[in-house]
Order: sequence, then structure tokens, then C-alpha cells
Amino acid sequence: MKENEMLLNGQQKKTGVSRRTFLKTVTGTAAGIGISQMFNPALILALEKALETHPVLWVQGQGCSGCSVSLLNNVDPSIADILLKVISLQYHPTVMAAEGETALENLYRVAEKYKGKFSLVVEGAIPMAANGKYCNFGELNHKEITMVDIVKDLGAKAGSVLAVGTCAAYGGIPAASGSQTGATGVMNFFQTYGIKTPVVNIPGCPSHPDWIVGSIVHLLTKGLPELDNDGRPTIFFGENIHDNCPHVKEYDAGVMSEKLSDAKGCRMDLGCKGPDTYADCYKRKWNSGMNWCVDNAVCIGCVEPGFPDASSPFYEPA
Amino acid sequence: MAGCKPQAVPVAAGKKIKVSIDPITRIEGHLKVEVEIKDGVVVDARIHGGMYRGFEQILIGRDPRDATQITQRICGVCPTAHATASALALDDAFKIKLTKNGRIARNLILGANFLQSHILHFYHLAALDYVNGPDVAPFVPRYAKNDVRVPKDINDVAVGQYLEALEIRKILHEMVALLGGKMPHVQGIVVGGTTEIPTREALNAYAERFKKVKKFIMEKYVPIVYLLAGPYGDLLKTGGGYQNCVAWGVFPMDDAGNTLLKRGVFTDGKDYPVDTALIKEYVKYSYFEDSTTGLNPTQGRTLPNPYKKEAYSFIKAPRYNEKPHQAGPLARMWVTNPELSKIGQEKLGVKRMRDIGDAAFSILGRHVARAEETAMVANAVEQWLAEAVPGKETYVPAPIPDSGEGLGLTEAPRGALLHYIDIKDKKIANYQITSATIWNANPMDDMGQRGPMEQALIGVPVPDPANPVNVGRLIRSFDP
Repeated sequence: MKENEMLLNGQQKKTGVSRRTFLKTVTGTAAGIGISQMFNPALILALEKALETHPVLWVQGQGCSGCSVSLLNNVDPSIADILLKVISLQYHPTVMAAEGETALENLYRVAEKYKGKFSLVVEGAIPMAANGKYCNFGELNHKEITMVDIVKDLGAKAGSVLAVGTCAAYGGIPAASGSQTGATGVMNFFQTYGIKTPVVNIPGCPSHPDWIVGSIVHLLTKGLPELDNDGRPTIFFGENIHDNCPHVKEYDAGVMSEKLSDAKGCRMDLGCKGPDTYADCYKRKWNSGMNWCVDNAVCIGCVEPGFPDASSPFYEPA
Repeated sequence: MAGCKPQAVPVAAGKKIKVSIDPITRIEGHLKVEVEIKDGVVVDARIHGGMYRGFEQILIGRDPRDATQITQRICGVCPTAHATASALALDDAFKIKLTKNGRIARNLILGANFLQSHILHFYHLAALDYVNGPDVAPFVPRYAKNDVRVPKDINDVAVGQYLEALEIRKILHEMVALLGGKMPHVQGIVVGGTTEIPTREALNAYAERFKKVKKFIMEKYVPIVYLLAGPYGDLLKTGGGYQNCVAWGVFPMDDAGNTLLKRGVFTDGKDYPVDTALIKEYVKYSYFEDSTTGLNPTQGRTLPNPYKKEAYSFIKAPRYNEKPHQAGPLARMWVTNPELSKIGQEKLGVKRMRDIGDAAFSILGRHVARAEETAMVANAVEQWLAEAVPGKETYVPAPIPDSGEGLGLTEAPRGALLHYIDIKDKKIANYQITSATIWNANPMDDMGQRGPMEQALIGVPVPDPANPVNVGRLIRSFDP
């Protein structure tokens, strides 16, 4: 077939990177994200072992899939390598092949088999009002399962939980003023039901792919990272945006931006919430380092527990 | 209809069986489908929208400008479209006329994400309905008999492209971020234009990345969609549903508002200009108070009632002139009726979109329309890059009006998108959103008409109810 040849000729040869070579790449990458002290030959072994023994189950509640899409933007290791070589992603509604009961049966099978070991990733808030009816999760044996049911069940069985994104961490926009669904984050949900599984919050609207991958790798290889009072890894959320902002010198000199398209000046008068926000966006930047919110416009404080109400109105000074 | 576990074959002739798929995966959000199958084809269908967050309620009382940020969080795949619709509604309410560079910068932001979304949809959401991924999670488990008909060499090519497309869509997000700040969820689109005046360096970086993207679209994405039409040719004959289309138009090409993809409605075989007064949202089978049924979005109210007996979906049922209409690339391409790409003309032996005829309204027809649209938008991106002026203002400041209304009509990658804002005392008094998936995945309306996706399922072959592959294929062809 002519078309086949055309397509085959256009096909890039897949490089045959061995798993070990790849994992060495990971160590370099992780070093770049500020957790270098944890990387050594033991880590490589730990990651290899984790792949076999610590599957990741990713569930979605009241979210927008934005954190999943953000994860796809991971630079190094590429998302293809993450999916095929770093983590054993046994359930993810947006990417997995399976649907319906095939998907749910596999979810429960893996959760039972790796009880106490698997990592549960929660994306999106959990709506507790109306018996959980505001978020259906799926159907098994003629029974409807809600997001409340699944986080209660799998949350208790997991070895650890990553609450990815501000919705899963603190409720986020679904829990903002005006909400009627009883939306809440994982830690609050666990408190309500007395679930003791450790939780790592990786907020952000969306969460940065480095924050997600870095936290997962830390969990799989070294255990829980050090967390701040809001349950966030201090390696990513330990620094104030304004204090470290490239525009802080302008602030000190009294040079303030007057309109949103001004390239120069501190954006505080335009509503920038950098002073109330703790994250390393100022140095990490977004989308392979292309840009970040403050250089483009203003910070809206999306990693903070009070987002969005605490930082709204976004375009008025705090 | 209570959901049932897929039945083992064989099924006796003339006997109706029910199959439920919940969750439908590889989509954005939460959907469940229930179908009734008789003699190997779908005879009834219900689509359940399973999640409600309450954006319209959450927006009430806020600073109007916050809507452009908050509504983006409706969809992490197409936040730029919600940002655009919201900014257009606010531009209307604030009575702002954009600068030329502002209009072009918005097109470059939205355009890059259009391409990103279509590529993500075809390769990472839909393709696993037609080819097998590697034999590791999350590509297994899959249906035991998943009706994959491509030979191994083509399957390998497709898997290679799946992986390459991950890189291409990441590059497209870099392009969005160059002008929009970050992605998902851009800071750059605001009422009055965009926040970042493009520099020569940023435009060069955008253009440099775009070259790789365009090559992928023209040499891989578009050809492979036509390649699938070989082994899956029968899927050009099923899944049409109502041949009614709504398209609000997107990508203004001049300051008069003429758009690349045209604004128009196609109902019962005839073309009409858009009159938004003819939109009504029905809720008889939706989990919303019956008192709010049949309202135009400008009068719309969103009062959830999750206990409502008759209801089966959190999606309202919008109707245009009382009739269900499809939205999305097929609707846009049908309304616009452009010349097809060279490869499309060769493969199909026709010149324009409408020359495809009824086959366009089909499972594979929607993929063809999406791929053709991707090529068309990619060509327009080149034009916008040539028109963007480095250093020239993209933003027009304006105070919040004491009161006013605004309507924002645009297109998300997945279809027609409407935002309506009513401002009172400088705050949001009402905000209504009618998005693409609301047009496509809605339930039955008060008059008893099925939603477009439900109707499109009728007649779809499901020869093996234990492996209802075509149901998922149909649903994903809409990109919900």
C-alpha cells in the first residue's frame, strides 16, 4: 500500500533507551527540580522496584482535567516515558484504553492486590452534598458509585494519597462561595470519615507537571516529602512569589505597572497576589520555561488554600 | 433504564438487551451511556451527564473581570475557548473595541490551543478505539474483542504517532504560553484584548515551534485519518443523527468580525443566519428545577435539583428553534463549506466539505471534519503570524460599567460556545454558559426529542454486546 509506505517513511525510529539509562536521566532531571540530595544509585533501584510494586490509580472528581493535561506537558522525562517506564498508571479516566466495567473491575482488582501500597491520585474536588450525587464515578454490578464512595473506599486502602490541583487539595473553584455541592478537598474529606492515610497536597490551578512528577517520584523512592502547614511539599511551595519575583526590584524602586499590558513594573497595583502566594513559579516558570503568570499579567494565588475567594477580585489590590 | 452488565453473546434475534457503559473514558468530564440493542443495532440511548460543579452560581456577585479566569476552569482541554467567550461577553458589556493586534494575539492563543485540542483528541482520546496501544497499563486492559482492524505495521505507525503527538501537543501549549502566560488556564486573555504585547522574540519562538506542528498535521495527522477510512469504511455510514448544525463562528479575520469558520445554522437541510433569541434550554430530564425550563440563556437560571425523579443528566437540553443541533468541527465545516485539503480531495474525490454529503454525518465523518479543520486553522495561523506587529498595543483598558449585558459567541474546539453576562452595581448579577458538550451530550427535551448524541447512537451496529466498541467510538467522535 502506497499510504502505508508513506506513513512508515515518515515515522521516526523509536530510540531504544533502556530502562536503566532512562532512570539515570530521571536522576538528572529530579536534581534539576531541587531535590538533588535524594538522588543516588539507591534511588534508581527504588524506582525500578516501585514500578513493579506501587501502581498509581488516578481518579477524577469535580475537576476540569486541567491537572491531567498539565501533567502531559512534563518536559523531562517526557510524558511518554513517564507512562511507559516510570509509573505503572493502572487507572486514569482520560488516558486509559478501558471503559465501563472493564475499567472499574481493574481498578478494584489493583486496589485489592496492592492494598496499603498503591498511590491514589485525586484530581478534582469531592462533592459531599446530596449523598455524593453531584459527581458520579461509575457503575459496577448495577450499582452506581459516586466520587464520595470511591475516595472513601480507595482512600482507606491506599498507601498514600496525592491531592493534585487546588480542587483536590482544598476544594478550589467547586468549593468557592456560591457552591451548592458541598465540594471539599481530600484532607478535609479524610478528617470527616476518620481516614488516616497520609496525604500530600500538590495544589495549583493547574498543578505544575514538575510538582506532580517530583512528588510522585519522592513518594515512590523516599517516602513522604516534608510538608508545610497546608500539606504542601516545601521543596515546591516554600518560597514567596513576591519576595523572589524578578519585578521586586522595581517594586522597591516604586516602579509600578499601570495597565495589564505594561511589560515593566511590579504588578501589585493591578491585583497581583504574589505577596500572599507561596510557590516556585518565579524560577520554574511554565510550559518548558516559556512564560509565567506574573510576566504575562498577574498572579491570582491559585496554589493557596483560599483560592479563589481569598484572592478574588483578581484584578484589585489585596 | 437500569444499567446492565454487558451480556455474553449470542443474543436471540428480536430480543432487546440493555448495555450500560459507565464511565465513558477518554473524554473530558463524566459521562455514562445506556443503550438498548436489538438485532445487533442500537434502538434506544440515554446519555447521562454525571457531574455538576455550579460555575454559574459561583460567579454571581463577583467582579465581572474574574469570570474570564474562573470560567476557564470549566475545561482543562479548552480553557482558551472559555476565556475567549468570556472576554467577548465582557468586551460587549464594557463596550470595548479591540486593537487589531489584540484581535490577532487572541487568535494566536486560541488557534494554537485549537490545534492542541484536536491532536490530543484524535491521538490520545479517540485513537485507542481503532488501534492497540502497547501491552502495558494504561493501554491494557481493553475490550477482549475490540474490533481493531489495522494490520500490525499500520498499528505500529499509529502508536509511534501517538507518542510523537504527545510532544507536538506539548509544543502547542508552549506556543499558547508565549502569548498567554501559561497553559492550561491562560492569564493573557482579558476583557479589552490580551495582556502581553508580542515581542519579535516571542513571535519568532512561536513561529519556530509552529513549523514542526504544521509538518506533523499535514504529513501525519491528516493522512492517518484518511488511512483509517480504509479498514473502517463502514463507520462513514453510521452515527449521523440529526443533520442539524449550530456554529457561532470563530477567529475574526478583520475588524468587521468576519470569521475564518463561519457563523450559521443548518436546520432540516437549509441554511439560516444565527438568531440567538431562538436558543432555549430545556430541563425536563435534567437535574434542574422544572420552573427554569425553556429559557433563553439571557434569561437563564441554574437551580440544581439532584433528586428530581424524571431526570437523568446534569446537562441541560439546549434547542435552536425548538430542534436539537450538533456542534463541533463537523457543524463548523458544514456551515463554512470550505475546500478540502489536497489529500482530502484526492481520497474522497470531492472538492468541498458539503460534497461529502451524508457520509460527513457519521462516526468517521466527524474525525475527517476535525482533521480538515485542523489543516485549515494551521494555514490561518501562518497568516496571523504575518499580521501580528511586534511591540504594538494589544490591550484597551476600560472601567467596569455600573450595569450592562454582554454576549460572547465563539467556538471551542469541541463546538459552539456561548457566554452571557448581566452586570448590576459593577458585579455579576447573572452568568450563563452554553458550551459545546451541552449542545451534543444533552438528554431528552420537554418535547420528547433525544439529544444529538443520543439520536446519533440510534442504528449504530453493536454486533457483540459484551464488547460494545462502536458505542464508545460514536461518543468520542463528538469529542465530549
